[in-house]
Amino acid sequence: MVNKRWGYWLFFAALFLAPFYLTEFRLSLLGKFLCFAIVAVGISLIWGYTGILSLGHGVYFGLGAYCMAMYLKLEASRGHLPDFMEWSGVRELPWFWKPFAHPMVAIAAAIALPTLLAALLSYLTFKNRIKGVYFSLLSQAVVVVFVTLFIGKQEWTGGTNGLTNFSTVFGFSLSSPLTQIVLYWLTTACLALIFVAARRLTSGRLGKVLIAIRDAENRVRFLGFNPTVYKVFVYSLSAAFAGVAGALFVLQVGLISPEMMGIIPSIEMVLWAAVGGRQSLMGAIIGAIVMNTAKSFLSENYPDLWLLLLGALFVVVVLLVPKGLAGIYESLVAVRIKAKRGHEREARVDVS
Amino acid sequence: MFQMNRGKGVRMKPAFMWKLWLLLCVSVFALGGCAASSAVDQAKNENQNDSSSAGKEGDVVKVGILHSLSGTMAISEVSLRDAELMAIEEINASGGLLSKKIEPVVEDGASDWPTFAEKAKKLLQKDQVAAIFGGWTSASRKAMLPVVEQNHGLLWYPVQYEGMESSPNIFYTGATTNQQIVPAVSWLLKNRGKTFFLLGSDYVFPRTANKIIKAQLKAEGGQVVGEEYTPLGHTDYSTIISKIKQVKPAVVFNTLNGDSNVAFFKQLKDAGITPKDVTVMSVSIAEEEIRGIGPDVLAGHLAVWNYFQTTDTPENKAFVQKYKEKYGQDRVTDDPIEAAYTAVHLWAEAVKKAGSFDVDQVKKAAAGLEYKAPEGTVKIDGETQHLWKTVRIGEIQADGQFKELWNSGQPVKPDPYLKSYPWAKGLSE
Repeated sequence: MVNKRWGYWLFFAALFLAPFYLTEFRLSLLGKFLCFAIVAVGISLIWGYTGILSLGHGVYFGLGAYCMAMYLKLEASRGHLPDFMEWSGVRELPWFWKPFAHPMVAIAAAIALPTLLAALLSYLTFKNRIKGVYFSLLSQAVVVVFVTLFIGKQEWTGGTNGLTNFSTVFGFSLSSPLTQIVLYWLTTACLALIFVAARRLTSGRLGKVLIAIRDAENRVRFLGFNPTVYKVFVYSLSAAFAGVAGALFVLQVGLISPEMMGIIPSIEMVLWAAVGGRQSLMGAIIGAIVMNTAKSFLSENYPDLWLLLLGALFVVVVLLVPKGLAGIYESLVAVRIKAKRGHEREARVDVS
Repeated sequence: MFQMNRGKGVRMKPAFMWKLWLLLCVSVFALGGCAASSAVDQAKNENQNDSSSAGKEGDVVKVGILHSLSGTMAISEVSLRDAELMAIEEINASGGLLSKKIEPVVEDGASDWPTFAEKAKKLLQKDQVAAIFGGWTSASRKAMLPVVEQNHGLLWYPVQYEGMESSPNIFYTGATTNQQIVPAVSWLLKNRGKTFFLLGSDYVFPRTANKIIKAQLKAEGGQVVGEEYTPLGHTDYSTIISKIKQVKPAVVFNTLNGDSNVAFFKQLKDAGITPKDVTVMSVSIAEEEIRGIGPDVLAGHLAVWNYFQTTDTPENKAFVQKYKEKYGQDRVTDDPIEAAYTAVHLWAEAVKKAGSFDVDQVKKAAAGLEYKAPEGTVKIDGETQHLWKTVRIGEIQADGQFKELWNSGQPVKPDPYLKSYPWAKGLSE
């Protein structure tokens, strides 16, 4: 355990120091991947710990991102109507856009909206004991609904182009390298905080209940717990994480469109957790970083072949290490413990 | 005891060894990739700092080519990459630019808009390219726009689009609305009838295009009898076709994109509607798409572009011949392919005129620049950075080629915000 904690410290220290050893371009990529890692932590909580497979986290990510993007767009428009509204024939700013002129409202909404939506959805489904694959399908349907809505309401959301072309945040230019470094640190800090919170949560009593729900929900119910409450809580929490990640993503990438909350990105989010090891929070983080690094690296070096290579990488990981990268670490530890135990047993035999 | 331990305890199972190997491979791969590319970046940056004119040192100058080589847009965009590479090859064969060889850096936008932003950033910051040729969808252009503006790069965008944009760092070599949609609507009103049915895929281009068409019809005495949008990739058009049958419009103005066209035109033909009953005017169907949909179902319908493979200029004859020789006799050229090819040559001409690869100087030299492109003479409009282009309306023939029915006679001045049309006042400010 002590070793593990040292590992975590080292990992986050390395992330914090990244601006000193990565180029500006690589740093912006890493910042983006850390946003994805935040989502992956949430996925690991609901899927790895509680057994809820959500294929709709793109929506929560997207909502968080759109909330932030609305603020950025208004700031970039400097009191005028956002450009896409002008050519869509909108004359006045819609009422629900107005509060987003205040950054604090936007940040609060980026967390609150996904959380509320997730709470509503999960309360209705879990209360009626809809679970397993049916829940996964429902979460996909939510994605389709939202993507269609955001594309259809071009005059309010920018349609397929989404929201882009921002200039400043809190008056600081988004294109300046210093702002980007500060945003990167903010992302790292958020990831560290969320990681610590999630670890606290899972190592306590709550974590045990969640795992129990995953393994035998009915037994948990017979023991007098109400699984719905726990499931709604953890699902909403993971949606909140996704919202935070979305807001940070927009700040660094400067772009959000319905495409990014669609079905494929939603499934990709699950893949990160799967590759890293869904039953390990750190595994999910590493999975998100490794998969996305591989994607960037392969597509830069083999523009014609990269999809095949990435697919092969994924197949290899799933076939050979179904517990993900974290599974490899665990079996390594298991071997060492076994060796140690054997060692002790022999020692005991020697004494006797 | 110590020896026994060695023998027994730390023996590993073969399966486990496998996993260990895998972990090693994956981590070496990922970390190595990350560290290596970072190290290479740094090394390159240092080199570039030494020679001060980054990306242009030695006897090569780098340019970026950024199209979707995978994903849904690959089918269209791969041809643009081919045309751009061919143009670069031509320039290199004739001695290069300012006595430097052009070195293309090809990146995959993967039909994914943040990827376009990421790769554009990479091309500008890491490779320090002198220009980027890329994009197809409006969303990909919108994603690249802030990146090229912030890094003060130069993007050449080769596809017709919905207008309402004019970035100081982008040159638009495809048509804007007043060089494609607006003249087509006027022509249809004069030659085919007053009732229009608007059909499009559900995204920005069709929605914006239809807003413009509606304003124009209102001003010029036409009438909209239906307006429908279907999601990208939609394939069931029976309801919409029965609506078309019911209202009997003179014209269906079609802004569908991609696969949907295959389904729509097949079902239209199956429903017994021929080009004689209803004219379908398309703005996204060129020779390349006709090849995919099949000329038999399309024959007799119309499309509006600035270039057809059959356009009769000496430059086009040479261009088509070269393209086919290089990429295969079964390949066809079309408007975006020609615009992509022209973009590279226009950039090269501007560089020659400026005597420099510097973005500001190239921009200054580009204003007013004329070039004999396969589509005829084009001119760069300095104010909007769009091209003056000739508008052409063509009828699709059974062999998959176009027969030109009408052209504007001379290049039309680009007007992306439709400022010169009084009826478009409400559309842009």
